[in-house]
Amino acid sequence: MPKTLVFLEHHGNELQRAALGVLSKAATLDGDVAGVVLGSGVTEAASQAGAYGASAVWVCDEPRLEAALPQPRVDALAQLVRAEGFDTVLFATSVLAADVAAGLAARLGAGLNWDLTDLTLDGGELVGKRPALGDSVYVDVGWKGEPRIGLIRSGTFDPAGNGAGADVRPFSVEFEDFSFAATMVEQAHEESEGPSIEDAEIIVAGGRGLKEPANFALVEALAQALGGAVAATRAVVDAGWYPYSSQVGQTGKTVSPKLYIACGVSGAIQHKVGMQNSNVIVAINKDANAPIFEYSDLGVVGDIHTIVPKLTELVRARRAG
Amino acid sequence: MKIAVCVKQVPESTKRIDPSTKRLDRSGEGALNPFDAHAVEEALRLRDAAGSGEVVVLSLGPAKAADALRKTLAMGADRAVLVSDDVLAGSDLVATATALGAALRRESPDLVLFGQQAGDSDGAVLWAAIADRLRLPLVSQVGELTSSNGSIRGKRQTEFGYDLIEAPLPAVVAVSDAINEPRYPSLKGIMGAKRKPQETLGVDELGLSVDEVGEAGSRTTVLALSEPPPRGESRRIEDDGKAAEQIVEYLVEKRLL
Repeated sequence: MPKTLVFLEHHGNELQRAALGVLSKAATLDGDVAGVVLGSGVTEAASQAGAYGASAVWVCDEPRLEAALPQPRVDALAQLVRAEGFDTVLFATSVLAADVAAGLAARLGAGLNWDLTDLTLDGGELVGKRPALGDSVYVDVGWKGEPRIGLIRSGTFDPAGNGAGADVRPFSVEFEDFSFAATMVEQAHEESEGPSIEDAEIIVAGGRGLKEPANFALVEALAQALGGAVAATRAVVDAGWYPYSSQVGQTGKTVSPKLYIACGVSGAIQHKVGMQNSNVIVAINKDANAPIFEYSDLGVVGDIHTIVPKLTELVRARRAG
Repeated sequence: MKIAVCVKQVPESTKRIDPSTKRLDRSGEGALNPFDAHAVEEALRLRDAAGSGEVVVLSLGPAKAADALRKTLAMGADRAVLVSDDVLAGSDLVATATALGAALRRESPDLVLFGQQAGDSDGAVLWAAIADRLRLPLVSQVGELTSSNGSIRGKRQTEFGYDLIEAPLPAVVAVSDAINEPRYPSLKGIMGAKRKPQETLGVDELGLSVDEVGEAGSRTTVLALSEPPPRGESRRIEDDGKAAEQIVEYLVEKRLL
């Protein structure tokens, strides 16, 4: 009987949607599925997990886990996995979760497969699906020995609630000295205003191709005409053109709208991982060799400064008519 | 300060997986993983700002990976160590962490730097495994790095914003590709690279047994390869003044407008 543990990352008092999605998926496979929440003041948040298929939620509610740093979490998971005999540990990919999963693999001498977009049981054996080489080939991956550790591509699975409650089980951890050597000095987290881009059905994104911050007005106008939200690339957020809460990518939000229009976005891997699950991707870029054209449904080689305002006018006219 | 930078050689152009071995085909031309050039650049800047120190670059890979190491020497690194042995082929994360961890222990650097990810496997996990094996503090996704008085400070990017993290040395840091613009090797650097110390270590020199590394030491396996599901027809247009109209037509056709 497989025994699976899902790492439930939280931010504030909220369990992360991607992690709950992984939990829901794990609950559809055979065996027993538990969640684990590691943080300070997280016991109440942990109780949410029962609704997504966890039979139990392990909680280490500990002031020293306040900062979202990976190494103390490796100690906690390693001890829990050993004590309870979990044979599979799953994570939704995030900046934090990737470090925790890899540290755990090293600690336990366990196999780690990453960037998985599906999990199936084949004759009782867990098999992961991993798109590789720019998603040009799909690789079925497996594990030798236990535990098996898997990082699931963020946003792959939607949370599905069944309403049942979970048994919340506190546990304590003996931490390694080196796990607290790295310390959080300060955090600059910007809470987003208005509706989150993660919930938007239409997103218009702006990148460095806009040339200057004032040109974000073009992107905003198009988004408004379409009734969508505005997103930005890491490059323009780093440059201070647009708020962090709009950043899509590896560091930033993962989105999967019905329509994603990328304006002046080159589409490097850092950006791609945050928006590749969009239903329809339209890219407008001057550079015919921009990587984004490799995974766009409609690629338009041209100048955003002329195309976007015109497109906005046409969309407005159509919607008004 | 002694800085070790871990780099990978990745296939330069056409990437394919060999159906017989189910491993990445590494027979063609290789190049320095572009993400790792940022880690090398940061190491050189830290060394030069301190006015002293050593940058040693390590790579685990086939004999040809020496080319990628030579490029880092041409950029300005002081010394290169190639961990290469037939029995290392097919190493997964834990097996790689064992072999590279042993090579790093031999060097005992003050700072170990990694790039953001591997351009071939998209792996972005090795540093955390190495930090755990070496029992050293870890900071990843670092967009700004400073060093003073035996510690480092890294500005890390997460999904939620910036974190400023401090760690005493020795430490392991993975830098993002936003941290700097890597230099191109100068002609003088390229000529000088040949005279810089380069050594190759096998599992014997690292004191490892063959069953801890390579496929024997790996805990993951590749079962099968398949074609990705069709993404649907991808269209491309060049703007001849009608692009906005064509986009609208497309959105209407897709029932998005």
